[in-house]
Amino acid sequence: MHYNSYNNLRNNGNMTIQELLVKNLKVSFSTSEKELVAVRGINYQLNKGETLALVGESGCGKTVSALSILRLIEDPPGKIMSGEIFFDNKDLLKLTKKELQAYRGKEIAMVFQDAMTSLNPVLTIGEQIIETLLRHTSLSHNEAKEKTLKLLEQVEIPSPQEKLDQYPHQLSGGMRQRVMIAMALSCSPRILIADEPTTALDVLIQGQILDLLKKIKDETQMSILLITHDLGVVAEIAKRVMVMYAGEIVESGPVKDLFRSPLHPYTIGLMKSIPRLKPTQEKISKLDEIPGVVPSLAQTPSGCPFHPRCPSVETRCKTEKPKLKAIKDEYHVSCWLH
Amino acid sequence: MVKNIKSSQSILLEVKSLKKHFQVKTSNQGIKTVHALNGISFVLHEGETLGLVGESGCGKSTAARTILRLVDPTSGEIFFKNQNLINVKNNKLRSLRKEMQIIFQDPFASLNPRKRIRKILEEPFDIHGFTSSKEKNERIAWLLERVGLLPDQVEKYPHEFSGGQLQRIGIARAIALSPSLIIADEPVSALDVSIRAQIMNLLFDLKQSMQISYLFISHDMTIVRHFCDRVAVMYLGKIVEIADSYSLYKNPSHPYTEALLGAIPSIDLEIKKQRLKIKGELPNSMDMPQGCAFYSRCPIREKRCEQSIPELKEIKPGHQVACFLSG
Repeated sequence: MHYNSYNNLRNNGNMTIQELLVKNLKVSFSTSEKELVAVRGINYQLNKGETLALVGESGCGKTVSALSILRLIEDPPGKIMSGEIFFDNKDLLKLTKKELQAYRGKEIAMVFQDAMTSLNPVLTIGEQIIETLLRHTSLSHNEAKEKTLKLLEQVEIPSPQEKLDQYPHQLSGGMRQRVMIAMALSCSPRILIADEPTTALDVLIQGQILDLLKKIKDETQMSILLITHDLGVVAEIAKRVMVMYAGEIVESGPVKDLFRSPLHPYTIGLMKSIPRLKPTQEKISKLDEIPGVVPSLAQTPSGCPFHPRCPSVETRCKTEKPKLKAIKDEYHVSCWLH
Repeated sequence: MVKNIKSSQSILLEVKSLKKHFQVKTSNQGIKTVHALNGISFVLHEGETLGLVGESGCGKSTAARTILRLVDPTSGEIFFKNQNLINVKNNKLRSLRKEMQIIFQDPFASLNPRKRIRKILEEPFDIHGFTSSKEKNERIAWLLERVGLLPDQVEKYPHEFSGGQLQRIGIARAIALSPSLIIADEPVSALDVSIRAQIMNLLFDLKQSMQISYLFISHDMTIVRHFCDRVAVMYLGKIVEIADSYSLYKNPSHPYTEALLGAIPSIDLEIKKQRLKIKGELPNSMDMPQGCAFYSRCPIREKRCEQSIPELKEIKPGHQVACFLSG
């Protein structure tokens, strides 16, 4: 058992220090008719100082699994059915609400997609960040204000003094997301969970925010768990990536390997369906598409969940479910072909 | 080859110095003007796909709505099949609208949730004069099949469909009257990656089989590169660069285009990006800068850029740029 969260592994000559370990996490939602399983037993570890991406389409369970880390799933209807999440030698799923509060925002912080709805519209930027600091640290109000100014500078907000007294609606989407990041960084967390942090932003602003996240990670050595649907963003910022489909991780590995030669037919299909940027004089043609749609939670197919859409489907894929297995160093895939 | 569309090819749509300004009330009783569209000009040839790209607030959706006269322009001219849409009277405009359709970004918001699919698809025929219900039924069955849906889904309501399926219904409605022009306003932005390719392929098939020309509005430079014959880049209500797709992506000549292309997160790990870093954000379109609109963020700006506005000029046949420092 990995009860020791500082489980040292040798990896390419570097010491990898495990920061977070998720084991067999299952999450469900109950409806009036039946219980729908959104996350079907996922396992992974997040290492110190790394950026790990969790990528997948809507409804694949990526956000639910991330929210479960801090137990932010509303219960009911949501329920963590089973699993263990180790951080700091403790299973976060076994802590009392009060104990967990010491971790939320302090050791593990989150940034969400929509900064407008995540910020309080009736409090100024300054008040919101100062509140976080007063709650989790022993700083005085003045010290907290000083610190807030420093944080706003760190996230490269122009004229921070002025912004302290402004309300969220007075800022642009990009600036609001910087405020969210400043707030998340306020207690120097060890882990930052970023759920689609740039999805609502324009491409130039997205570039700025991704650069900012990279800079902060290098400065602070914190670990980032990045949730996204955008494979381009993954390539830009993450070192390792996990691909989710229908509540399960179907492939995981270093970004450079997985993007060069993906192995799972779903990942291969996704990569092929994305148009490339390279200028070409070729005639416009059709894109490769994955047929069908993501299965609904109520009707997850038997066997491999991807089999109805899979171009390489075999007989046993329809009845037997493949397990996520290691096929090379740090590389896992769940497919009968491998 | 689709590129190098000859000028002899007939022009379907021509937009000349189109402007749209909105008056808004400010908190202190004043009235300010939002310069959403500041004089754009372009042509769209028959059978062509022209991409209109830019960030939020650059005026691309206002362009779409103004061209269809869903909002009236402040000034400028729009010629569709050689008729000036600005002057035509309501009846004539209505009959021209058969030929000009729009597909919206959000399929959930653009279909009436209280109407069955049959009703939604009947509407174009009711408005534009198909009378026999037999004819309508046949046509609707054909439409559904054409966009990849089953005929028995016609009695369902929008909430019973996924986003991709709803977008197919939106497309079916747009092609119902066999238009020659479709303005597609971010048609795949709200969809998942694996569904995007399906919808793009559907639009491509329709273009081939029904001779549709597209004005394709998007912020996604990779999809535009894949789908469009020519591309116009907009910034703060103006076109700053327009060229055939290959030239634009190969030799972006406006610093803004270069920055946009450099900022796109790409899954091609091999592409070494020379990213042109752009600081700051889009200026407010209520306080228009005196000179070049991009001046405040431009990494290569000079003094003259602050004082005078660069006009679009041709730097190569078919490739126009609005920048003093290019060409």
